[in-house]
This record gives sequence, C-alpha cells and structure tokens, in this order.
Amino acid sequence: MLEAIGARSIDDLFAPIPAEYRLNRELKIPRQMAESEIVEWFQQRSKENGSEYTSFLGAGAYMHYRPVIIDSLISRGEFLTAYTPYQAELSQGTLQAIFEFQTMICELTGMEVANASMYDGSTAAAEAAMMAVRVTRRSSVVVAKSLHPEYREVLATYAHHQGMPLAIVGYSDNGRINVKELERTITPETACVLIQSPNFFGTIEDVLSIAEIAHKNGALLVVSIAEAVSLGIVEPPREADIVAMEAQSFGVPVGFGGPYCGVIATREKFVRQMPGRLAGQTTDPNGKRGFVLTLATREQHIRREKATSNICTNQALVALMVNIFMNVYGKVGLRELAKQNLAKTAYAADQFGKHAQILFSAAPRFNEFVVKTSEDPYVINGRLLGHKLVGGLPLKKFYPELGNAALWCCTEMTTRTAIDTAAGMLAESEAEEPTGDHAVEEVAR
Amino acid sequence: MKHPTPKATRHVNQNEGLIFEKSSPGKAAWKLPPLDIPEVDPAKLLGKAERKDLGHMPEVSEIEIIRHFTRLSTWNYAIDLGMYPLGSCTMKYNPRVNEVVARLEGIANGHPYQPEKISQGALRIIKTLSDCLLEITGMDGITLQPAAGAHGELTGLLMVRAYHEVKGNPRKKVLIPDSAHGTNPATAAMVGYAVENLKSNARGMVEVSALEAQMNEDVAALMLTNPNTLGVFEQEIHKIAGILHAKGGLLYMDGANMNALVGKVRPGDFGVDVMHLNLHKTFSTPHGGGGPGSGPVAIKKMLEPFLPKPVVISKPDGTLGFEYDRSQSVGRVRSFYGNFGMFVRALAYILANGPDGLRQTTEDAVLNANYIRKGLEGAYDLPYATPSMHEVVFSDKLQTKKGVRTMDIAKRLIDYGFHPYTTAFPLIVPGALMIEPTESEGREELDLFVDAMKSIAQEVEEDPQTVLNAPHTTRVSRLDETAAARKPVLRWKPA
Repeated sequence: MLEAIGARSIDDLFAPIPAEYRLNRELKIPRQMAESEIVEWFQQRSKENGSEYTSFLGAGAYMHYRPVIIDSLISRGEFLTAYTPYQAELSQGTLQAIFEFQTMICELTGMEVANASMYDGSTAAAEAAMMAVRVTRRSSVVVAKSLHPEYREVLATYAHHQGMPLAIVGYSDNGRINVKELERTITPETACVLIQSPNFFGTIEDVLSIAEIAHKNGALLVVSIAEAVSLGIVEPPREADIVAMEAQSFGVPVGFGGPYCGVIATREKFVRQMPGRLAGQTTDPNGKRGFVLTLATREQHIRREKATSNICTNQALVALMVNIFMNVYGKVGLRELAKQNLAKTAYAADQFGKHAQILFSAAPRFNEFVVKTSEDPYVINGRLLGHKLVGGLPLKKFYPELGNAALWCCTEMTTRTAIDTAAGMLAESEAEEPTGDHAVEEVAR
Repeated sequence: MKHPTPKATRHVNQNEGLIFEKSSPGKAAWKLPPLDIPEVDPAKLLGKAERKDLGHMPEVSEIEIIRHFTRLSTWNYAIDLGMYPLGSCTMKYNPRVNEVVARLEGIANGHPYQPEKISQGALRIIKTLSDCLLEITGMDGITLQPAAGAHGELTGLLMVRAYHEVKGNPRKKVLIPDSAHGTNPATAAMVGYAVENLKSNARGMVEVSALEAQMNEDVAALMLTNPNTLGVFEQEIHKIAGILHAKGGLLYMDGANMNALVGKVRPGDFGVDVMHLNLHKTFSTPHGGGGPGSGPVAIKKMLEPFLPKPVVISKPDGTLGFEYDRSQSVGRVRSFYGNFGMFVRALAYILANGPDGLRQTTEDAVLNANYIRKGLEGAYDLPYATPSMHEVVFSDKLQTKKGVRTMDIAKRLIDYGFHPYTTAFPLIVPGALMIEPTESEGREELDLFVDAMKSIAQEVEEDPQTVLNAPHTTRVSRLDETAAARKPVLRWKPA
C-alpha cells in the first residue's frame, strides 16, 4: 500500500508533524493483553465492586429487572455499530425506533412531543430550564430543594454563565415543596418552576396546584422524573409545560451511574425551542412512509452558536433499551410492575416504622422513603454490609438539616427476606449502644 | 440497473409497521413473580395521584418484539456490514469483548452511591483509564464526567472561564477556525463567550498572521481541531500556541481527530492546555445509532483546581476514593461519574492494543486514508494539496458540471454497498466529500470503495440521472425532508 501511495515508509506519512513533537518512545501504558486476560482483568474488578450485595439504594439509579431480550436486540450489530441516522435511506431501523420511542414517551408523560434523548436526567433538567428561559424570554428559575441534589448541582453549573439566577424553595413536613414559600419566591422574571415528582424523597408532588401557581405568574412548570417506573401507576404531570426525564429505570443497567437516558418532552407549541434530535414521519417520491431526523435548524450543525443547545451525540442505544423495555411491559405490565414497587415499599416502610421514624408520611410516595434513626446511618450501613446488604443513602451530605436520615428504595427486585433482615438490623442497632463511629463510617461511606 | 461491484446485492427484507399497529389487548411479553408481601390498594396509597390509564402503550408478545426490532435492524447499515467512511466520525470496529466485560455483574450492577469499600473495582477502572489517557495525551489532569464530545467542550470551556475569572478577567471571546465542527461555536455560546471566526489559509490551516492580528486580551481561548477537519495537521501548532500564550489565552484542542495522533504525538507536548477526547471515536466504544458517547477532558496543571467534582484520588491506605471538597471546581456537569459503561469499553480497547497496538492503529488509519486519496485523485477534485492524516477531503467540483452534487454521489454510494462519507462538511470546502476509513479496513474493502467511487464518477459522465435519483436499492427512496420539517409529525397517533 505504501508503494501505491508513493511513500517509502510509514514515517513519510507523519512528516507533516514537526519532528520535535513526535513521540519517539513507546506509550507507558499496560502491555497488550489477550482477550482471555482482558476478561480476567475485568472479572477481578467486578468482584471488587459489590457483585454479591443486595442494595436498598435508589436516589436516581434504580435496580429493576432487565428482560433478557433487551440485550439480545441491542447487541445486533445493525443497531450497535450504526452511526447517527443522518442518511435516512439506510437508517430506517434506527429512525422508526426513535419515532416509536418518542410516541411512547408522550403517552407516558402526557406531553405532545418528545426528543430522541439527552445525556441523562440531570442535563435534561438543566436544558429544560434553559429552554423555558428561551420560551418565556424571562431569566430566572425557581428550583425545588427536593430536586435530586446532583441535578441541582448540574443546573447550577449550566446556569452560571447563562445569566440565569436560581432560587431554591424548601420542602414542608409532608416532603412536598413548600407552597407558601414557592408563592413568595416566584417573580415576574421567573421563567419556570422546576420540581421533581416523585421527588428526591420519593414523595409525589401535587403537580396541579404547583402548575397553577407557576402559570398564574406567567412561568412554565418543568417536571423532572427520575424514577420512570412510577409512570405506570402515578398520574403523569399533564399540567407541566416541559417534562425532563431520566429513563434509566426502563431496562438500563444501574452501571455505576451511566450511560443512562435523559429525555425532554413538551408541548407542540414549544418544539422549536427544544434541544436534541427529533425523528419525524415523511414520505418518499413513491408515497412510501419513512422517517428522517427533522427540525435540524434548532441544532448546532446548522445553527452553530445560535443553536438551542450544543448537544450532538446523545444516548441512542440506551434509548433503544428503554424502548424495548416499554414494549415488553406495555400498557398492562407497566402498571403491574409499578404496583409491585408500591407494595414492596409500603411493606418496608411499615416494617422500618416499627423501629425508626419514617419521615414525610403525610403525602403519597412511590418506591422510596426516608428513615430517621437515632443512630448515624453510616454506622447502621456498616453493620448491614457485613450481611451483604447495602443500606439506604445517608442524607446528611445533601440535607444536613435532616440529621440521621437515610433514603431507602425498594423495587420489584427487593425480597421480603432482605426487607425483614434490614428492619431487624435496624431494630438491633436501635437497641444497641453505638459502636466506634469512626471506623465503621470509613467502611460504609 | 447495472451493478458493477461485487460488494452488494439486493436481498429481500421484511416489511414492518409501527409497533402500535400490531398492538391488541391481552398480548403480553412480561411476567412478574408472585408478591412475597401483602397486596396493596393503589387508590388508598396514592389517592388522586393514582394513574388509571396508560393510553396507547402497546400490548405485544415477545416474538413480535423480537421480530419487530430484528426487522427494523435489517434496514440499517452498520460497521458490522462494511466500511462506514464518515469523515471525523471515526467509525471503527467495536470489539465484542468490550461488550462482554461491560456486562459483568459487579460492573453492570454497581450502584453509584454504594460505599467506596465495595466500589474499588469501578474506581480502579476509572483510575486506570484516566492514567492511560493522560499518557496518551501528554496532559496532567483529567475528568471522565462529560457524557459526549460536545459535553466535554462545555466542561473544558467552563474550566477555561474559571481560570480566567480567578485571574480577574473572564475575557470575552473564543476564536474558532471556519473549518470547525458546529459544536465548537454552540459550546462557546453556552459558556457566555462571543465567537470570533478565524479564517483558514490556502493550505487549509490556521493563518498564523491572522491569528496574530486577532489575538488580544479579550480572547479566552482558541478552539482548534488537530488534525483539522480537512484531515490536515496544523504544522505551525507551536507558533499558534505561542501566540495564544503570549497574550494569556489558552489553547483548546477538539480531540475528534485523535485517531491520527495516538502513540505518534501528544497534544500536551505541542502546547495544548485543555482538550477533550471522544471515547466513541478514538477508543472504539460503539456509536449505537447516535450514542452513548463519552467525552473526557484532559488539562494542564494550571487548570487542575477547576476540574468538575468529584475527582478520583488515591488514599494513604492504597484504596481509591472520590474527593468532593474542591472549592474552585466548576461544579458538576452530569449526575454521578459520567458514562461509566463507556469507560469500561474504552479501557478494554486500550488493553487489547497496548503501546504497539495503539501506535499501529494510528499508522494504519493514516495509511488507509492516504491510500484512498491516491486512488481517487483525478476522479474527484482535491481542493487542498496539503498532506492528509487520517481523513481526506475531496470536492464535487468536477461532478457539478453535470449537475451532480456531493449528496447525490453519497446516495449512489449506498447502491454500491457502502455508507456515505460525510457530505458538505467542512464548510470551507463547497460540496465536500469527507472520507475517513479508519484502521479497521483491509486493502480489499478499500479497493472496493475506490472502485465504487470511480465507477460513480464515470456514471456522472455517462448517465448522471442514475446518480441523481439514487439510491435505487433501499427500502425507501430519498425522503421528503422539507415536508417533514414544515409539518412535523413527531409521534404516532391512533387513526
């Protein structure tokens, strides 16, 4: 091939790189490994990563059963190894799947249009807030403190250089947003009110009354949904103007935090301010139905610095997992699945409530609940670890005012045995003298 | 219609409607285990928050789902079917062992908030990949949090801005060459910077004198893709870096074309201050029909305080942990730690290659691009004679005489069994054909591609209509994109 090109050596081809910058040594990285060695290396890492534990963690990453056909189908090279479907004629498979995905997200959220995906729930929420600023031509955002704390952090990062002041509204005794505080905080410059429902504590917000307050003040309501399975049995936020979702619960591995699947859904009238790719239906010259990426004039490759967002690569293959999951459970299964989550959580809250205080019980919850103990939850979790159980997320890092509170999650995967064991350990800990805090905290953090 | 190459033939594929059109009550593909705890009454627990109806969600059987998606899949082109020569997209082979290790129990099911003691495996993966990427780029610090290339750009520019703010002046603008990818200006706008265009010279490179004239204390950074989108290495990169640094500006490198450099030259050695990588390009994680990606950002020492939090640190006891207490951090850009599953795949790729393998990968990628360039010279116009690295950009100048444009040639390429190259980009080349073969192709596939392109050039001369009406072999012909945008139909609705 070198001969065909007319080059003497491979180095000729790198001649454009000034000699003084060329690397004249080997990279100092691990030596080349055989496939068997690679598998072995990662098996070792897997073992070091809690592969034998049962977890009560949720908080934006939920352990639900993943039907096996998800991986069978997404492993097909035609999905796995295809690029973004810009060339529609040989990307109809991906495009039709996106169109169906958009439809199902609309059905589930009560919105009219949905995009093909965003990076995750946190960036979807931040981009939704920025979209509200464009729609309303107002500048500021009112955010519920019960929005996932890491979503709030991402929002703050994005807002920093957008001239987009954020105001935080606290929660009341029932775990819902403090409505009086919301009414006081909202101003004529508020572009949107951003809440999460079920919120970070698992509490289902009264979306209707929050929407009324937002709309009365000329602001939009943006609802973040981190636990998609809730949509099977919890009324969707139909009164919202924008829904910013994390769809990880629908068949996506917890996977140490990613890749996940954010989605933005909204009203038809706002579609031109929406970020992200959209698939639309059209026809070919023979009148045959087909699908294309559309409304690209919103996007960076056409509009450059005037685009609605800089997003390009999204989470397509993860959206396909979500899509297949929604088909597997469908209209009836999604409700039954959500109902099992509801039942397990109600049972666990009852059992835990015998030994500790369950916060925010005056409002309905989905599959998470906050347990307040007299003992430090890190200490409790240290004990649970010895029984191959991972306890709830201690909240003091995010909500110091809640003291020894922890956020627990139950899904259809959580067994009665695990719940009873954890509740028993809680009882034990409530009865016992606290042990040396420091050592255990090191272990459980 | 004649079919002059052996690459492709027509075959029957199945028709398939929308899944909603197959749905009917009573069909199901799910089965839940019996509850091991008491049943609950949702109405009692949820009150008016209870949802009673899931609208038009489908009801279908398992085999219908399998057939639905399998049929749809056969309507896609993919790397697994053949060369995918999209310029600047680096469509290389996606090794299957990467998929296997990403699905190991502790890796696929680890929770991001599980205690660090039982997260050492994931932390080790993050640390090992970070160390490899630092060595490959020659940089000092790195974050793996950004979810894609554009997200990496955002993160990088946030750090640039934080750096200047600490020095007392965030500065006003970012310089971007006219050959840049659209994400660069869109990102600069998101960080509150004005975008100033930098014109390329006749060789397709940054004009150093123009840069000198435009550079001043208002410029926060230059965003440069190197090799640039013409596939040309910026030979005066050291001068470029010098001009920026002399006035306190920073050099941002878009690492989209890193596949031309790995193991041969390190951006950190030629003056780059901050750069992002695309694990889904250079490091073989699958594109998956548009994502997920991963866009790590590597930086020089002076930007370290501004890295997004948390960062992974080694503790005195030899274990790894997350550090959150970083007062100058730009904050978080994504929940948790980024697209961890992509880290696993990229690291598996690096381990499978090792130092020699990575270097050879780069050499093969550049060799392949130059082989195509040589093969197509004469048949297509080469607007810039400057040497090519990993990709080559032609123009449709010779073909426009017959009314045929780059998009028509691209569509005709489909009939020959190839995915089109990147069309109409970079913007500085009118009617561009941007071709990047990657290292994954052997000579046989490259020869087929060259033959196909030459054959199309000949068709343009003899029978342009065949090219103008292409593709002829796909399920659908050219779709009406104007109608799709004018009256958007973005979801299925029941009749």
